[in-house]
Amino acid sequence: MRTVIGFALAGVVLAGLAVAPLYLGPYGTGLLIGMTGYVTLASAWAMFSGPTRFVSLATVAFFGIGAYTMAVLYESLPYPLVLAVAALVGLVVALVVGLSTLRLAGVYFVIFTFGLAELVRQLVTWYEVNVTGTLGRYLFVSFGSEVIYWQLLGLCAATFLIAWVIGRSRIGLALKVIGDDEVVAVHCGISTARVKLALFAVSSVIITLVGAIQAPRWTYIEPLIVFNPTVSFLTLIMALLGGAGRLWGPLVGAVPLFLLFEWLSANFPDHYSIILGLLFMAIVFVLPKGVLEFAETGLRRLRRRPPQDGSATVAGKEVEG
Amino acid sequence: MTPLLSIDELTKRFGGLTAVDRISFSMEEGEAVALLGPNGSGKTTVLNMISGHLPASAGRIRLGGTTISGLPAHRIAHHGVARTFQLVRVLPSLSVEENVLAAIRFRVRPASAAEADEEARSLLERVGLAGRGGEPAAALTYIDQKRMELARALGSRPSLLLLDEWLAGLNPSELRIGIDLIARLNDTGMTVLLVEHVMDAVRALCPRAIVMNAGRKIADGATAEVLKDPEVVRAYLGESDAVA
Repeated sequence: MRTVIGFALAGVVLAGLAVAPLYLGPYGTGLLIGMTGYVTLASAWAMFSGPTRFVSLATVAFFGIGAYTMAVLYESLPYPLVLAVAALVGLVVALVVGLSTLRLAGVYFVIFTFGLAELVRQLVTWYEVNVTGTLGRYLFVSFGSEVIYWQLLGLCAATFLIAWVIGRSRIGLALKVIGDDEVVAVHCGISTARVKLALFAVSSVIITLVGAIQAPRWTYIEPLIVFNPTVSFLTLIMALLGGAGRLWGPLVGAVPLFLLFEWLSANFPDHYSIILGLLFMAIVFVLPKGVLEFAETGLRRLRRRPPQDGSATVAGKEVEG
Repeated sequence: MTPLLSIDELTKRFGGLTAVDRISFSMEEGEAVALLGPNGSGKTTVLNMISGHLPASAGRIRLGGTTISGLPAHRIAHHGVARTFQLVRVLPSLSVEENVLAAIRFRVRPASAAEADEEARSLLERVGLAGRGGEPAAALTYIDQKRMELARALGSRPSLLLLDEWLAGLNPSELRIGIDLIARLNDTGMTVLLVEHVMDAVRALCPRAIVMNAGRKIADGATAEVLKDPEVVRAYLGESDAVA
């Protein structure tokens, strides 16, 4: 019953968001596109990195691959087919990268994924300069920005649905076990490599699609724009702020941070990156597990407080100890 | 009849140190065997190689005729080896029931979601944790964590159960419950290999014992005989005491 109500509510919100561009005008629609894009990126990132605790900085590698696939193919193939090709390219790269790196532990994985994003950017730059003889590409599509927004909104909804289904499935249980103790996971018979690879692939395909769908909005793209490492860092910090272990965590983190970054880059263009860096540190120090978990723990403490009931205090102590 | 477990010249080297040195033994189905020896003699390393937690440097492990040494740990689990850990490993952010479900839902023939819940409940009942499935695993007491770990191992429906000092740290009444539990498991046909320092438990549970010292097997036979063996006594008490 609660599931039905939840889905009905999500449907109403989604319908409301879908008609929003009709009232908001171009600036508002632009904001919605950026926001929906980051909510999707952060949710897709958290789908893999939340439970496995493998911090990936490869977000922009896949995002840029999606954008470039769109820029290269949009004139020669029907639009839906370009999206399919982009998803396929993202999948293949994710499988190759995943197979070769998911055995790497913690910090090595972080560094590798960061390096991967740089490598892809350099490769694309080299190819454009030496083979095609250009550095940037123009994209002119026949549809307006509302259509870009609707596609992103659909992808965003699909991402939440996938995350929700995974959370309730056998793979969801496997992910929780892996996140807690990988040694126990393998001794329970879980093929941790396969589970991680599958999740990394799903997450990367979604990220690739965000890049492909958003690319036409820029009308002009070049490697420095679509492979900008800030995209990876923003995605990561949004997911961490909200809480990467919860379904709604990335959403809760992405919306306010995106609006804040928009405001900062408009009003303090020169100090933007300094403020960004300080904010990163503040979030990691103050809310390492995210807003949602912080709020939940706080709520539980408050509920436990009534002092006249002695048993509640004892129970509280037991849980904390 | 082929033995359930057969270990052949099993060796583990850590750099220059040989922790396990050409150990060979086999176990029949339904046997309960104790693996004894002073601290650092290589017992846990043997268990780690059987369960696939550590790769063997040399030698071979076969389970029911299939060579399992060299396989990744999750495949070995699927072949029928389950274990508990010397330092209890609970999945702290999961509930007690989910801890057990992890094994039930990822064994070779996983149960469907509904059957799995039912099975987890009955396993928890079997180890003395009836009705506790909803509690967070991190909040369990030490003995209850050990019980839960045993239920999780049983959730894999193993043919061979490896218990690494499962009885250590229990008080006398808990110990009696623990020994009872393992005895009943063994009575139902479960093959058990246990590393244990609690000698009362070893005598009560295991008709046969294998003793290791400094990575080598120094005795293998009826428990009462083995414990009287001068070399075993020397290994436990130290050279000078035995001579004096």
